[in-house]
Amino acid sequence: MKLPPFEYACPTRLSDAVALLAAHNGDAKLLAGGQSLVPMLAFRLAAPSLLVDLRKVPDLRRIDISARGVTLGAMVRWCDILSHARLRVAHPLLATAVTHVAHYQIRNRGTIGGSIAHADPAAEIPGIALTCEAEMAVVGSAGARAIKAADFFLGALTTALAPDEIIVEIRFPAWPAARRFGFQEFARRRGDFAMAAAAVWYDQDESGKARNAHVGAIGVGDRPLRLAAVEAVLDGRAIDEAVIAEAEAAASAAVDPQTDIHASADYRRALAGTMVERALRDAAGAPAGEG
Amino acid sequence: MRVHFKVNGADVDVEVEPRLTLADCLRHRLRLTGTHVGCEHGVCGACTVIVDGAAVRACLMLAVQADGAEVVTVEGLSHDDHLTPLQASFRRHHALQCGFCTPGMITTAHALLTEEPDCDADRVREVLSGNLCRCTGYISIVEAVLDARSAYGHEEREKVLPKGPT
Repeated sequence: MKLPPFEYACPTRLSDAVALLAAHNGDAKLLAGGQSLVPMLAFRLAAPSLLVDLRKVPDLRRIDISARGVTLGAMVRWCDILSHARLRVAHPLLATAVTHVAHYQIRNRGTIGGSIAHADPAAEIPGIALTCEAEMAVVGSAGARAIKAADFFLGALTTALAPDEIIVEIRFPAWPAARRFGFQEFARRRGDFAMAAAAVWYDQDESGKARNAHVGAIGVGDRPLRLAAVEAVLDGRAIDEAVIAEAEAAASAAVDPQTDIHASADYRRALAGTMVERALRDAAGAPAGEG
Repeated sequence: MRVHFKVNGADVDVEVEPRLTLADCLRHRLRLTGTHVGCEHGVCGACTVIVDGAAVRACLMLAVQADGAEVVTVEGLSHDDHLTPLQASFRRHHALQCGFCTPGMITTAHALLTEEPDCDADRVREVLSGNLCRCTGYISIVEAVLDARSAYGHEEREKVLPKGPT
């Protein structure tokens, strides 16, 4: 369908963008890459009175890598992440997950801030933000604040952002080079939304046992999920076949997906377990030189 | 709103409603009907155009967002009197049947080969997975794109680059 009518503004300062959002009191929407919002408009699922285009707001496209972690400006595109060689080393889980995000043309416009603000429960990067304990730096009429991913995603397409708040950057904590990780996704076509996906990472102590395990599931709830029950299976244990099988069963038991046009609830529950199992297998076998 | 951008090298200046997509602006206002509109929600890839060097879906971009940009459509990738190497390769490999998806295939393949003239079959398949074709089964399209690589510097590079250990 053709898009519903709306006004359009293209401010050159962040404060002007905030003021426009505040003046429209929830009836204005931010336009970043437009790769989720424009389809929403085409389906008439969204009909804002104003679109506030962020493309001329400065400083939203930076990629900063330091000892404190990786900070991505909200307008960093998927193609920017994929072509950034240092980022692949600084945060390999993030870089791996982005290879599953959308198709070629979409990656040339879609942004990380847009995806996180859109909060599709089957989208990869909200799940990665949650699993990696990222935080969103936002600016609104009341000033700046940081929102932890765990407090950010409230439901399908629903976030903790106030109507006048803008995500300016996403901060991922530092990623130790020795950290083990895996990311697995199942979709009908690569680039489509996940029917289910899992992100797993853990550190290892001197005896090779997993510590600080983090397990996230995508596409099996109304928001990205942390699977504490699976993390409890992994922590303090060497990751062997028995632990992997236990983790798979715990993952299936921990999720409560809905039946929809793409898959039944039972299928998705089984898939969540399989994705955790495969991601864990990747993590356990990941670093070269293991012998 | 007035927007000003370049299409296939020519300056254009059009008055548009903010809700007009770039795809509809190209087709209805600029009469460049080579850009096809299939799904209008970013799934089929038929409307792919090249904006500032990057392949994008013209149905997911507003015309007002193109202000100041350089846009290349499928018309800009053709000549009046002869086929380009990419077009000739599509013809040689029977890479089109009904032709509806072809403009999007050509623009996407051109962007890919310009950026990555050494891409392999897996990469071509991955990139073209964002373009739906309901006729060919894709095999002939993938072959046509791979065969067109030489026109984008693939063989020249192979000649220049030393052969690595295999």
